[in-house]
Amino acid sequence: MEFWVFFTAKPLFWLIITIVVFVCSVALNKRAGGSPLLHPVLVALSLIIVFLLLTKTSYETYFEGAQFIHFLLGPATVALAVPLYDHFERVRQMWLPLLVSCLVGAITAIVTVLAVGMFFDLPVGALLSLAPKSVTSPIAIGIAEKIGGFPSLAAGLVLITGAMGCLLAPMLFTFLKVDDDAVKGFSMGLAAHGFGTASAFEISALAGAFSGLAMGMTGLLTAFILPVVVSMFGLI
Amino acid sequence: MLYGFLMLLVCQLLGELIVVAGDIPVPGPVMGMVLLLLALVLLKKPPQSVRGVSEGLLAHLGFLYVPAGVGLMLHLEMISEYWLAILAALFVSTLITLVVTLLMFKLFGRLKRKRGEN
Repeated sequence: MEFWVFFTAKPLFWLIITIVVFVCSVALNKRAGGSPLLHPVLVALSLIIVFLLLTKTSYETYFEGAQFIHFLLGPATVALAVPLYDHFERVRQMWLPLLVSCLVGAITAIVTVLAVGMFFDLPVGALLSLAPKSVTSPIAIGIAEKIGGFPSLAAGLVLITGAMGCLLAPMLFTFLKVDDDAVKGFSMGLAAHGFGTASAFEISALAGAFSGLAMGMTGLLTAFILPVVVSMFGLI
Repeated sequence: MLYGFLMLLVCQLLGELIVVAGDIPVPGPVMGMVLLLLALVLLKKPPQSVRGVSEGLLAHLGFLYVPAGVGLMLHLEMISEYWLAILAALFVSTLITLVVTLLMFKLFGRLKRKRGEN
């Protein structure tokens, strides 16, 4: 018992737990055929939460170890500039339709989620965490932190949005008779960030490239637009 | 490799400074991303070390937000109360966003075709 107390008090233990659980979750997801419903991040964080609740460990204690991983989100966000730069030539050739579609799509994502959320009388903290849900997690976490939402809730909601986008998109492509892979990819990256990009690559390399581009552009634009939209709704 | 990591951290630091100094409601790392993008456009080609570190970090992006995601345990009460409304908001918004984006491109496609006819 004393050994246990000593061991868990060390931040190293929680760092190791996080890595081990994540590695196992990735293996589990591979076995399940890569289903977005069993996404490794969703599985890993559910398992860790259950483990923390069972061992009566506080989030603060866990975070003492996990903060070393969390810290890398900052540089990883900066690193998103590299894939965005790779698409620079493509953007330069057709910047107007891409920029306008991205702006309209990003604003639609924020306004609709806030409107439905306010219709259901969600508390302000939940609304501010919902607002960046279409944006890739590192940026969404940063935005939620900045505007006064709950970063962890935002991270979870982003994941659920991604899974929903991947399930909805193929149906809409059939329904709206979309046959251009570039358009398919762009809409998936815009509405469903990294999840969308991963499944766009399954359509074709072109769809994947446009999806990655949309993910980067949406993240960047949303970071600047979102505070304005949220204050128009009177939330901050 | 180390040079690439240094470049990312310096961009992030400068981003944080700009955000604080200008009182801009944008996360510091996003501002850092803008700075790195500008630097890459000026350099015309990303240095190999920057590309190596960036691709390494981005390959494990999912893993990096596990610690933040575990923080959901602090909001279990709110989630159990509002989960249906939250899911409804996410579903409706994702559906409309996809439809609007697809229709935007249909509109642009039509504009392009019209111009081609003239």
